[in-house]
Amino acid sequence: MTATRTTSLFFKSYICLVFVFVVAPILASFIFSFNSDRFPTIPLGNFTLHWYKTIYHDKDVWDALWISVTSAISVSIIATFIGFCTAYTDYRYNFFGKSAYLALALLPPTIPLVIMGLAMLAWLSHIGMSGRWYSIIIAHVVLCTPFAMAIIRIRLAQLNSSAEAAAWNLGASEWRTMGEIIIPFSLPAIISSLCLTAAVSFDEFAVSWFVSGLNKTIPVIILEVLQGQVDPQINAIGTFVFLTSMTLVVIAQILLMTRHGKGLSHE
Amino acid sequence: MNDSLVVFKNVVKLFGEFVAVKEFSLEIKKGEFLAIMGPSGCGKTTTLRMLAGLDQPTSGEICLNGKLMNDVKPSERDTPMVWQTLALFPFLNVIKNVEFGLKMRGFSADERRIKAMTWLKRLEIEEFASRDISQLSGGQRQRVALARALVTEPKILLLDEPLSALDAHLVIRMQSVLTRLQRELDITFVYVTHSQSEAFAMADRVVIMAKGEIEQIGTPREIYRAPANRFIAEFIGRNNIISGSILDKKENLITLQSKAGPFSVSSPEKLSLEVGEKLNLVVSADVITVSEKKPEADNVIECSLIGEEFIGSIVTLFLEAKGGIEFKAQIQQREIQNLDIRSGSQLFLSWPTASGHILPK
Repeated sequence: MTATRTTSLFFKSYICLVFVFVVAPILASFIFSFNSDRFPTIPLGNFTLHWYKTIYHDKDVWDALWISVTSAISVSIIATFIGFCTAYTDYRYNFFGKSAYLALALLPPTIPLVIMGLAMLAWLSHIGMSGRWYSIIIAHVVLCTPFAMAIIRIRLAQLNSSAEAAAWNLGASEWRTMGEIIIPFSLPAIISSLCLTAAVSFDEFAVSWFVSGLNKTIPVIILEVLQGQVDPQINAIGTFVFLTSMTLVVIAQILLMTRHGKGLSHE
Repeated sequence: MNDSLVVFKNVVKLFGEFVAVKEFSLEIKKGEFLAIMGPSGCGKTTTLRMLAGLDQPTSGEICLNGKLMNDVKPSERDTPMVWQTLALFPFLNVIKNVEFGLKMRGFSADERRIKAMTWLKRLEIEEFASRDISQLSGGQRQRVALARALVTEPKILLLDEPLSALDAHLVIRMQSVLTRLQRELDITFVYVTHSQSEAFAMADRVVIMAKGEIEQIGTPREIYRAPANRFIAEFIGRNNIISGSILDKKENLITLQSKAGPFSVSSPEKLSLEVGEKLNLVVSADVITVSEKKPEADNVIECSLIGEEFIGSIVTLFLEAKGGIEFKAQIQQREIQNLDIRSGSQLFLSWPTASGHILPK
């Protein structure tokens, strides 16, 4: 009795600690972004929106934001499309070497980001595509597609394997079946994949830093500012980036959760 | 006027090296309830899928309504199917599922709703029209699947083991729903199953398949009383198969010598048999009379009881005769109460000569 209570207490405090370590730095950054002092020290100075105003008037930040947002949107659409196609081939077909095909499709996230960034830079400059506006998009699509595929594949695995054939059997052509059955069924996963891949692209630093050239994204700007001096602007930008990504991730999670377990045909 | 709706002509289906269906020829009549029965892997589902266009025959012809169907896409045939897994569309509600086939055929929203509601009413599930599929019971889903397939008023309905996931009492209810529907609609039902009771309870004709080939075609009565070969006699179960050789033959009566003793059986007209020839005698378990005292009857054999299987009103007794030959006998539960039965009891079995059936070689 006591033993289990002690263990339970131990695990509860362990989990609390994990959350503290994850959240505390972000929370600190959030608090200091409203602090008037130049350096992050306690006690805090006055409440101020000064740092937000500074970045609001900084053209570099706006340029970076524009690049980050357009890249994130393009990446999410392209990666989700390719991911959907890959997941659908897995659902629909059986062929020789399918497990190798799937392993290959899921490979990119296992490569260290620095290596990936270097390789991307080398390859893109070799074919004359580095430092362009689309370089980041290409690199991020490679990085994000496996996530898109994994999310959509999980959803499709819940669809009765005869569902497509049943639609054909009721008079739907193959394209019609795609539009009436496969896409509507996968829609929650497709939207959550759009959100997650956008978040990954928006946050990603290492690969962006290598391939961006002059087209700096928000995480790259943060590092540049940081290299010059400790500036509470960073806290303001960081808070903004954090909130954007979290919103996208939370939307994705909600979509994945509400549809899971509902309306599955497993009988 | 040709009354066959479907014609299979020498249809072969290979999956790689594996022969799923070989030289399959069959005519299915208009308005017939045909069951295709066989153990799993016998090719019955593949046959049905070929009729629906979901699998392509490797060679041979399949005609529907006089038209060669080999190259017709599944979506362009009018062969709706009720799936073993039902394959209802989980993100559509009941009425949207039922309307699906009509939508694909370009019916307007109003027409679809009216037709779908008519079918939901007919199958007594109209109250669930706007429910999600996940909120329905197994039996209700079954009815949705039926309504979805029938709403386009096809000439033929394909059913692939649709009742295999239901509870026993629901199976009986759905069987009567299906037979009534088939009679009222007067369309062809092709029903694939591994269950003898389902096939025999509903079908006008039964096709028994094994290893991709047809073993026997006939009415349930014909197959039950006169199985064409040993495989079928064993497959339909509750049969005693006794091997022996002909000891004597006169007029209409054959005497068979087996390890368990001599038995007499009415001679089949079609077969010419010689004395000394080896053959198998089939005696179904339900024609056997069980008694404690030796009866005055044609075929009497003394056995000891080794076990019993009790399923409601019918009891199956498992007995062992001389020479280690096992017998099965089915009797009514109320009859068994008059017998002193326990493991090892000595009992007498008997059956009339006309109830035996000789398997053709």
